Amino acid sequence: MNAIPAPAAGFGRREVIFHASGVTRVYLMGEVTIRALRGVDLEVYAGELVVMLGASGSGKSTLLNIMGGLDTASEGEVRYRDQDLAQASERTLTAFRRDHVGFVFQFYNLIASLTARENVAIVTEISRDPMPPEEALALVGLEDRMDHFPSQLSGGEQQRVAIARAIAKQPAVLLCDEPTGALDSQTGIRVLEVLAHINERLNTTVAIITHNAVIGEMADRVIHLRDGRVDSIEENPQRADPATLRW
Amino acid sequence: MRTLHLKVLRDLARLRGQAAAIALVIASGVLTLVFSVMGHDALSLTQERFYAERHFADVFAEVNRAPRRIADPLREIPGVAEVEPRVRAPARLELDGFDDPIRGQVLSLPDGRQPALNQLHLREGRLPERARSDEVVVSDGFAEAHGLVAGDTLRLIIGGRLVEVRVSGIALSPEFVYQVSPGHLMPDYERYAILWMNESALAAAWGMEGAFNSLSVSLQRDADRAAVIDALDVALARYGSTGAHGRDELFSHEFVTLEIQQLGIMAVVVPAIFLLVSAFLLHVVMGRIIRGQRDQIAILKAFGYGNLAIAWHYVLLTTLIVLTGSVAGIALGAWTAHALVDLYMEYFRFPELNFRLQGWLVLLAVGVAMVAALLGTLQAVWQAVRMQPAEAMRPPAPERFRRGWLEGSALMRGLGQSSRIILRNLARHRLKALASVIGIGLSGGLLLIGAYQLQAVGHMIDQQYRVTLQMDVDEPMGTGAYIRRDALHRLKGEGPAVTGAWLLVDSEYEDALYASLSEQPEVASVERVREAEANVREYMEETVLAFAAVFVLLAGSIAFAVTYNNARIAYAERERELATLEVLGYSRAQVSWVLLGEIALVSLAAIPVAWASGTGFAWLLNQALTLEFVRLPFIITPQLYGFAALGIIVASTLSGLLILRRLRGLDRVQALKAAE
Repeated sequence: MNAIPAPAAGFGRREVIFHASGVTRVYLMGEVTIRALRGVDLEVYAGELVVMLGASGSGKSTLLNIMGGLDTASEGEVRYRDQDLAQASERTLTAFRRDHVGFVFQFYNLIASLTARENVAIVTEISRDPMPPEEALALVGLEDRMDHFPSQLSGGEQQRVAIARAIAKQPAVLLCDEPTGALDSQTGIRVLEVLAHINERLNTTVAIITHNAVIGEMADRVIHLRDGRVDSIEENPQRADPATLRW
Repeated sequence: MRTLHLKVLRDLARLRGQAAAIALVIASGVLTLVFSVMGHDALSLTQERFYAERHFADVFAEVNRAPRRIADPLREIPGVAEVEPRVRAPARLELDGFDDPIRGQVLSLPDGRQPALNQLHLREGRLPERARSDEVVVSDGFAEAHGLVAGDTLRLIIGGRLVEVRVSGIALSPEFVYQVSPGHLMPDYERYAILWMNESALAAAWGMEGAFNSLSVSLQRDADRAAVIDALDVALARYGSTGAHGRDELFSHEFVTLEIQQLGIMAVVVPAIFLLVSAFLLHVVMGRIIRGQRDQIAILKAFGYGNLAIAWHYVLLTTLIVLTGSVAGIALGAWTAHALVDLYMEYFRFPELNFRLQGWLVLLAVGVAMVAALLGTLQAVWQAVRMQPAEAMRPPAPERFRRGWLEGSALMRGLGQSSRIILRNLARHRLKALASVIGIGLSGGLLLIGAYQLQAVGHMIDQQYRVTLQMDVDEPMGTGAYIRRDALHRLKGEGPAVTGAWLLVDSEYEDALYASLSEQPEVASVERVREAEANVREYMEETVLAFAAVFVLLAGSIAFAVTYNNARIAYAERERELATLEVLGYSRAQVSWVLLGEIALVSLAAIPVAWASGTGFAWLLNQALTLEFVRLPFIITPQLYGFAALGIIVASTLSGLLILRRLRGLDRVQALKAAE
């Protein structure tokens, strides 16, 4: 098991926003028992852009889901700031997701029956301090496509709507599960630019999970996951501009 | 929340095919209830109001001849409110341009005014003037049949004397809501009339001056009717009374009341069956639709929507569908009820129809539909929100298939892969498959009960007119009883006599015989069996069969709605699998078979359920409808079974074709990409 690395020089004293230790997750898939996480120790700092890199089955999605309150750990400790997520009730988790977390999924998960603007509004309507849906859509460069339905948008556009939907509530954390997984590289880079932009502009903590090692170059830190454990963590002294990435 | 409400509307638009089918099931259930209850209510309310308004008597007595002076003391009998003596006389009528003999009865009115009891409702004209002996009021059915208006004249033969009279008015009476000549079952307005004239004129013509031969009595509230009847019998015995009786032995009242009673039973039994079936279907179908929205529920949860907000969202969706169906059902139910009662109005002479839609009925109809649909909805929503959002968003794990007894069987070995998929799917989702089989089966059962009513009525008439006339079997209609003639004579205390006869006639001489018998003053009535049968058949076709036809139509719509929804949901659940098969190189036909084969198998399995449930429903209705007057035979013929099976097959084929069209538009890539 890896020890939690000390904060790197240059970041100063960093505020820990997520803290996980000894996290395991076991679930039944059909008749097979899957041990998705086998004891994860991890810290995520406020305002950083972190990429969690791992192959299929490494447990990265499960970890992200647990951090976002979409799933609960079988064992171990998970904290968001002072809040214990491992022991939280359903109601607490719902409030946590509503107030602090924005999600971006690989397959966008837009609601097909709502327009881009409405897909954002469905979140801002239940948020405490949201930005107007129009502003969120402008941030991802979709000010001209606000009244289109998902079926009228390209994959990249749909993903940008999903990002607008996630950031509109001005969450402290943006959790992205393979946000470029369903996109071609050019469109994927456009989406990554938007994520980097949000991170810098709004100081939102961004966690991206991917199996694409190239994306790690744009992160502050890259967390490598393997077989349900943190394999290694590397820090980038210099974040790459997403526009320079190629794959 | 506004956007979530918007989603309700958009989802409704997207689900419009299925939503419309569900609304149709609701509308059918609600329609049956509203139709039956309103039809029944309208008739009984109309009867009640007409009776009250026109002071319909409670007790009647006929005597040979009693002096008028004995009438007043009868008021002193405890419980009696009003006594109305009158003269009743048989008559024959002649009308220019109508050659058939016309029979009738003439009743007296106090000179120039309405009687205290059994008052006339004048539809046209006025009562005979006080001093006129040549004016009559005629019954409206007769007037209508001959196009008579006030001022027309007709010839009246009373006691062998012919008088020319003028029609002063056309009227309805609570005594003759259903107007048939004695011994008949169906009205013949052309050949039977009821007339009213001034008492002095009728008494003179019939030799009843200073006397009466008919008595109507009304009772005080809480009076002991039996005691009053006994007292009247004692008082009238010496005047040749045949026995006082309540209004329930008056043919018109008896017939109308029984019809209303029968409608009342239908109004409970049939809607109960329909509503129960629709409730079951609603529960199943709403549940499956919501289960299809599992991923959307997961997303809403991921955004931080609470369980209550999500449940409310789907409750709203369900409510809109239920309300749409209910409103349509209530409107159509009221409309068809109106049509039904209009049919009855051709046979029952009421002055006006009292039609109302009662609040409790609306609440009941909507309530039943709502509860059923919400149960299905909430159960499914509950299952969805209980899941971790992360779990709900993952494509479901491959379901647990096992190698069961089916696997080793020769059947399975002989099948291709696509047929195996069908069987395994059904075996895996035994409960779901069972629910579909029961749902479709029940809708087939409804078809059977509708067709049963149609057939049973025809069968009953056959029995009455083709078989019973041989005097050796049960009589399904009427209240006749059979006894040896000498025993009857003894009971009645009279010598050997006959009061009626059945004649087997050479058809060549039938018309001549009919005319000659009709001329005989001693013959009270002549009826041709063939005509009577035709009249009864027409009446039944217009009333009962209209009722049954509505049910068959509704049952058909329900059967279609259920099979269609079943097919749509099966399609939605298999979309990904079907796309995968296509990508793997299966032909469209093979892929279609996976889906259509499942639909076909479920529908075939539903047929025996339809037979069993339909037989049960028919038996239930039959038990409920077995009344004194009309007994429906309980006969389920192979045709009925065939009809129910055919209904299911047609509905399934239609649904299958609709699904096939959808399958043709299946976008493989999209279906595979979409995360469930």
